[in-house]
Amino acid sequence: MNSAILTIAPAGTWNLDSIHSRVDFEVSYLAGTFKGHFNEIGAQLTVDGDRASLEGTTNVASIDVNEENLTAHLQSPDFFDVERYPELRFTAEDISLDGDGQVAVRGELTIKGITKQVTVVGTVTAPIADPYGTERIGLNLSTTIDRTNFGINWNNPLPSGEPSLANDVTVIAELQFVKSGEES
Amino acid sequence: MTRILGISGSLRRDSHNTSLLRAAAEAAGPNGELELYDGLKEIPPFDEDDDVHPRPPSVARLNEAIKSADAVLFSTPEYNSSIPGQLKNAIDWVSRPVATNVLRNKPVAVVGASTGGFGAVWAQAELRKVLAALGARVLDIELPVPHAHTRFENGGLTDDEIRARLEETIESLADEAREREEQKAAV
Repeated sequence: MNSAILTIAPAGTWNLDSIHSRVDFEVSYLAGTFKGHFNEIGAQLTVDGDRASLEGTTNVASIDVNEENLTAHLQSPDFFDVERYPELRFTAEDISLDGDGQVAVRGELTIKGITKQVTVVGTVTAPIADPYGTERIGLNLSTTIDRTNFGINWNNPLPSGEPSLANDVTVIAELQFVKSGEES
Repeated sequence: MTRILGISGSLRRDSHNTSLLRAAAEAAGPNGELELYDGLKEIPPFDEDDDVHPRPPSVARLNEAIKSADAVLFSTPEYNSSIPGQLKNAIDWVSRPVATNVLRNKPVAVVGASTGGFGAVWAQAELRKVLAALGARVLDIELPVPHAHTRFENGGLTDDEIRARLEETIESLADEAREREEQKAAV
């Protein structure tokens, strides 16, 4: 067994490479799965000794579901209410690893002004040196939340009386971080 | 002062719903100024072929009235368990295009009167659904006025409980509009 303290990445500040990262969501709707993503995302991972913190945001106005009118509906008070709550935020200071690339992050997720404790799980890669002279890691995380806990309650009943849209929404973050050149 | 546009879903001269909005205007007090919209009857049937610029003047006028108001208070009767066709028709006009329509993010509330025992509750629920679908900030308020013919005298509201509920509704609309303005100012 390795006696070294496990950390998610070498010490320093790791900035999101937003071009090569995504935050998607999936939710059961009607007879299938509805998917969308946020075009504008930001995140930073800070590692200091055996402590690490992760902070990520998405710009709700950048939600993208490939259809203008549906996008407008998702931005409206019926769903995310972008006018009043322009940002989704996740902050965490409790990051644990199992030594095999598996990671669990316990933090606070804020959607529509409501903050809840959530645990997101996934994998982290070992650092690589990329062709541009920077160190890079990949962090893939996901969690499933009940959207009604965050005040997103829209639904439309099927003729059977069952809801057409599920409450459980899976959020998937596929993130690449590059190490900041500055001393942390 | 919050400027509220009142839209009655009933066109008839002695409409209880229009009377209800007049009572709301009186109840507004210092919280707001409620102006009754009087041009609903002139809105033509929605036809996508006619949805070109310039829009029909009656549609353009309604659009501008909603746009310039801080909030909108609808009062709807109930026709066959739902919204009157002319009111839905008018909303269909102003809802386009959905992504930028004038009701988007606009604080709105729905009240309703009927001569029956339920006070247009189904029409109110339908109207809230429609308004939410096009992006309005729909207040979670229901104000059914059943047996409406017993609650007005010469067009004036005689029911103090309903008057108090109207005051609360106007206050809530004013609060929402104020919050929206403060948020805009903070950006």
